[in-house]
Amino acid sequence: MKSSLKLALGLTSAISASTAVSNAAHAEDLTLCWAAWDPANALVELSKDFTKESGIGMKFEFVPWTNYADRFLNELNSKGKLCDLIIGDSQWIGGSAENGHYVKLNDFFDKEKISMDDFVPATVVGYSEWPKNTPNYWALPAMGDVVGWTYRKDWFSKPELQKEFKEKYGWDLGPPTTFDQLKQIAEFFQKREIDGKTVYGASIYTERGSEGITMGAMDVLYSFGFQYENPKKPYEMEGFVNSEKSVKGLEFYKSLYDCCTPPGASNSYMGEGVDAFKSGQVAMHMNFAFTWPGLQKDENVGGDKIGYFVNPKGPDGEQFAQLGGQGISVVSYSDKQEAALKYIKWFANKDVQAKWWSLGGYSCLNAVVKDPAFPASQPYAQTFLDSMAIVKDFWAEPSYAPLLQASQKRFHDYVVAGQGSSKDALDGLVKDWTQVFQDDGKM
Amino acid sequence: MLNRTAENVARATPEPLARKVRGISDKGLAWLFISPTILLLLAINIFPLFWAIYLSFTNFRANRPNEVVKNLGFANYQRILADQDIWIAMQTTAHFVFWTILLQTLIGFTLAWLIDRKFRGHAFWTTIILVPMMLSPAVVGNFWRFLYEPQIGLFAYAISFITRIPPTDIQMLSNVSLAPWSIIIVDTWMWTPYVMLICLAGLRSIPEYIYEAAEVDRASNWRQFWSITLPMALPFIMLAVLFRGIENFKMFDMVNLLTGGGPGSTTEVASITLKRQAFESWRTGYSSAFAIILFVAVFGLANIYVKALNKVKQR
Repeated sequence: MKSSLKLALGLTSAISASTAVSNAAHAEDLTLCWAAWDPANALVELSKDFTKESGIGMKFEFVPWTNYADRFLNELNSKGKLCDLIIGDSQWIGGSAENGHYVKLNDFFDKEKISMDDFVPATVVGYSEWPKNTPNYWALPAMGDVVGWTYRKDWFSKPELQKEFKEKYGWDLGPPTTFDQLKQIAEFFQKREIDGKTVYGASIYTERGSEGITMGAMDVLYSFGFQYENPKKPYEMEGFVNSEKSVKGLEFYKSLYDCCTPPGASNSYMGEGVDAFKSGQVAMHMNFAFTWPGLQKDENVGGDKIGYFVNPKGPDGEQFAQLGGQGISVVSYSDKQEAALKYIKWFANKDVQAKWWSLGGYSCLNAVVKDPAFPASQPYAQTFLDSMAIVKDFWAEPSYAPLLQASQKRFHDYVVAGQGSSKDALDGLVKDWTQVFQDDGKM
Repeated sequence: MLNRTAENVARATPEPLARKVRGISDKGLAWLFISPTILLLLAINIFPLFWAIYLSFTNFRANRPNEVVKNLGFANYQRILADQDIWIAMQTTAHFVFWTILLQTLIGFTLAWLIDRKFRGHAFWTTIILVPMMLSPAVVGNFWRFLYEPQIGLFAYAISFITRIPPTDIQMLSNVSLAPWSIIIVDTWMWTPYVMLICLAGLRSIPEYIYEAAEVDRASNWRQFWSITLPMALPFIMLAVLFRGIENFKMFDMVNLLTGGGPGSTTEVASITLKRQAFESWRTGYSSAFAIILFVAVFGLANIYVKALNKVKQR
């Protein structure tokens, strides 16, 4: 009886102890919030190494892009404790810093000897700094991204098409270097029969609900000479946003939409673009670089069939590309900030960053992207590097959301619905943005 | 009766508590039972309403909790009423409400009238007709989006088969003229059965002897329809119009799923504008004012309509 009692007590204690240990482990689990996309799957894989090293478990909260901003900005605004770490969009940095959602990382970086000079400068400005171009850091550059283009190398190299193209346009069919060339190629492929299927010129961003058409139109407008404000006088937009060059740029984007996109592509963003390219509908495809690893591996359109090119030059030779990507931040409402900072420290490590790139994430660490072997490491690596060198980003002000909504409306009304002129759209945009900055007391 | 109930409750209750229950009056007991519901209603309906009214006079933004909240007086209301985009959204909403109600009432009443004939298999057909109404709006929105797809959609192929227009030219969701109709078609497809059900209840409530008397008076079928069927079913039809009117005034799910308010702002109804202002632009004070304006508009119109409905019922 005594021995069985001892056994029972022993078992009970053992169970209690293991439960306590497991509870303690769970209590230390970190939750990382991000968008539901391919790089997030790569991060899950990568983070297993962190758990192995630190004993801290990782949980993930991934939300589709269309709800990403709504969901996580709601979470931050309500001071929720769901996310310990968040990979927030580049435009959130101003609002999240000013509203106290993110932990300022300067002291931590100093203590752990993490230097922002070790990261690609555009990503530091875009993902980490607020106010911009000041050494105030709220995130570690986590996922470099930029809008670029993919094209069907196999179609471009068909001798009969090359011959016909040369006769029609007088230059060799190949990746375009200017937007004029891009449009000629798109027109050439529009409604053409290839391998028994009707194909179309290009897939571009036209989505209305979140940020799609703004990201696409800006990608073109920058190279046409669009500027957000007077470089010498902040928030002065008249003559910059609606300059003659900007008007021409938006007209070009509309003409590209009208002439050369697949039928019904009036609400197309990242997912729809990937679908159009993967299903062999389009010759060229505008999208963020994060889509390239998946496309490269695709059985039908990947491998030797796909090529990549940097956003082309505008009429005056200017060349820019829309910045994407995000930094990783510690949420100030988290009870596990210490563990979250451990993760950031681990993530900044060179070996981890190298593995991050190999798994399909886009590292922003100079040691990785400036490695001599980097350009040859993937077929799209050089295009990514070239694109990252010419990036520009949308407003990252605390009021980025109403600023974005205004451009979404103005651009969609003109480009897709065909209402008014390009000048009307940009004049209206100046009016809307002025109102937002006046409400903020910045003008 | 209430006394006996109170006694029964007291008997089934432990003694210390029972003493307290016996001391409560009938009215007190009634309040005791309904108070949880009232408290819940106050918490989830009345308090948010008054809170929204308060916010509508401020510059509050939910995404800037640390900012000082300023009282703006009626500035938000003035700005909304002077905003051309808001008026365009209201016109778009009125357009949807008008056409969906017209089509749903006409088709719904016709279907109810046919079903009321009690032909062979009418029960089976009633069930079939009701199927769209039983589906989730999210499912309906998503599968109609595929049906409308110009390259693979069955709708485009069916129209193309009839009209000989290439299916890729039938861009229901991308074309500025067709996009509003694409939503009207789906809403009508989904909610006509609901109108039919209410109209059917109205038709079944007409006593048979009235028709028998009309037969004796040798009234034609046409005359019976105009003099008996329609007037007696009218309160039910009006009720269906009221329900659908209120629902469609705040239509959100179908528009959001099918067009997201596009192309451009062609299908941007008031609820989509409200959502964008509140949860995308985070202008909480401004959007509260807009919500209050919408609430007053629906409440006012519904009241006028209910008065008209009561008059029709009293005739």
